[in-house]
Amino acid sequence: MARLTAEDLIKLKEKVKNENALSKDGYTVKITVHLGTCGIAAGGDVVYEALKEEIEESKRDDIKVVISGCAGMCSSEPNVTIGRIGEDAVIYRDLDAEKMRKIFQGHVLGGEILNDYAMARIKEPV
Amino acid sequence: MSENNSKAEEKTEEIAEEKVEEKEQEKQKEEKVIPYLEDVPFFGFQKLIVLKNKGIDPELIDEYIAQDGYQAAAKALLEMTQEEIIAEMKTSGLRGRGGAGFPTGLKWEFANKSEGDIKYVLCNADEGDPGAFMDRSVLEADPHAILEGMIIAAKAVGAHQGYIYCRAEYPLAIKRLNIAISQATEYGLLGNDIFGSGFDFHLEIYQGAGAFVCGEETALMHSIEGKRGMPRPRPPFPAHQGLWKKPTVLNNVETYANVPQIILNGGKWYAGIGTETSKGTKVFALTGTVKNIGLVEVPMGTTLRTIIFDIGGGVPKKKKFKAVQLGGPSGGCISEAFIDTPVDYESIAKVGAIMGSGGMIVMDNQTCMVDMARFFMDFVQDESCGKCTPCREGTRRMLQILEKITRGEGESGDIETLEELSEVIKDAALCGLGQTGPNPVLSTLQYFRDEYEAHIFEKRCPAKRCPALLEFEVDEEKCIKCGICFKQCPTEAITWEKKQPAHIDKEKCIKCMTCITNCPSDAIF
Repeated sequence: MARLTAEDLIKLKEKVKNENALSKDGYTVKITVHLGTCGIAAGGDVVYEALKEEIEESKRDDIKVVISGCAGMCSSEPNVTIGRIGEDAVIYRDLDAEKMRKIFQGHVLGGEILNDYAMARIKEPV
Repeated sequence: MSENNSKAEEKTEEIAEEKVEEKEQEKQKEEKVIPYLEDVPFFGFQKLIVLKNKGIDPELIDEYIAQDGYQAAAKALLEMTQEEIIAEMKTSGLRGRGGAGFPTGLKWEFANKSEGDIKYVLCNADEGDPGAFMDRSVLEADPHAILEGMIIAAKAVGAHQGYIYCRAEYPLAIKRLNIAISQATEYGLLGNDIFGSGFDFHLEIYQGAGAFVCGEETALMHSIEGKRGMPRPRPPFPAHQGLWKKPTVLNNVETYANVPQIILNGGKWYAGIGTETSKGTKVFALTGTVKNIGLVEVPMGTTLRTIIFDIGGGVPKKKKFKAVQLGGPSGGCISEAFIDTPVDYESIAKVGAIMGSGGMIVMDNQTCMVDMARFFMDFVQDESCGKCTPCREGTRRMLQILEKITRGEGESGDIETLEELSEVIKDAALCGLGQTGPNPVLSTLQYFRDEYEAHIFEKRCPAKRCPALLEFEVDEEKCIKCGICFKQCPTEAITWEKKQPAHIDKEKCIKCMTCITNCPSDAIF
């Protein structure tokens, strides 16, 4: 990638923002796995692996997975945030591989929020 | 259509409408089961500046750029003079987040005015307080914010080389920093002629081996120079003679994370948050016996009560709040009587603790304050570099006395000796480690002197934490005959039968404290 000028910076910002909007990049679901040291220590990497397996099995190519740092409440980790196009995103808490698989089947594929594992909704569209 | 009919129809319509409404209400109720993030007290009470990008992918620079990333750097490099940047920082009122609270703008001004062709900008990511993890989380979640803050600082003082001093115990932070540096270099945001402004800035990571004293600025610089990490007397201050005797600015991770926001939104905006003397927000690592453990960013001036009870959810399982330790081994504890103290540099110092870098450890009534002071003194003693006598010898003597007291061998006069030693070490130690090392002892003596006295004169540990002062016997009157201790004892030293009080066999007991910790009726003494 070439060196950026100040104008490039703003163009790139708009471009990334546009691409990140779910409708425009062909994705319908965005899943964020919160993987700081605290998340990994709590088993976040196992959850991440389980999620990747589920996505592969589902043969869906419209699901985007990203990683991030600590979501803030370390005692509720592992955390995963799931945003479906046009819906509030939901952040789940205290996950393990099995719960992740249930959430994938129930929420990501089925559209039903799993209240038992959910911590909060996030209003902003992802 | 008759009147009756139409009325009936209206009625059915009404009923139908009511039903729809009911259904909607039910639906809303169902939806309300999961609150919005801002309605969860843990998140709702927070104000995010440093942590605002915690949800982005830290390994993709584009994600940071989409959050207005590097626009502050572009503004500083292309539109602002060094003086304007420093003036903006001074207006913001930002003070060093490493704990000492020195005004950042002033620090930059000193380094800017200091003569020299070569200058350095350093980031102190040597977070070492037990129970502190703010800097690590920021580095892992938003590494580019630190890079951008450092670029702006470099421009302000005229430095072209920077180092991030990060401890090797933070492998993920180092990995993400390295990715961030290489991506920023690829985009030309680090290196020569950034944004075509003619300004050069190169950045490297220096991995510390984990010595606590290397968080002290002069020791940190010695460590980068390849020397043994030991402090030296100041002056000369780093702004005049720092790394390789060149003018140097050293700021903490959180300080740098604030900088891009200040340049982008203006110093006035930042100064509008917080209290008279402490501006902006502070990130705390909330931990200990509190329901919600995690990172908390609040405006300066928020009370400890709000942080611990509203955000933290209070002390769990019917235990009682006793005290909160601020600033780790350099800080002090604050008792319940002062729980309404607002967090700002001055107010916290007034009640005997320090703001520190942001470690906040909540303690319940099962914490022995003498043992807590002993723990921190053990840490300070262990981490003392040994260069100056007051710290090397003094902390050792203080630790010995504290150990003696917790063993039940305390004598009359021990408290006074601790106080005298504390004053001498505070006055005479070479660096911050020694100068602040006695603080946990002094503050526990201030608020919990009776616990020291109980240990020394009554040979009793009121919190039941010091095994040497416990009998490991069951008070049969208090015992509710539940059998919990019996089930949890790892050495089968406890005998119990239904509806009978428990009994501890002292021959088999290893004094592991499991029964005392878990007894619901406080019957074991």
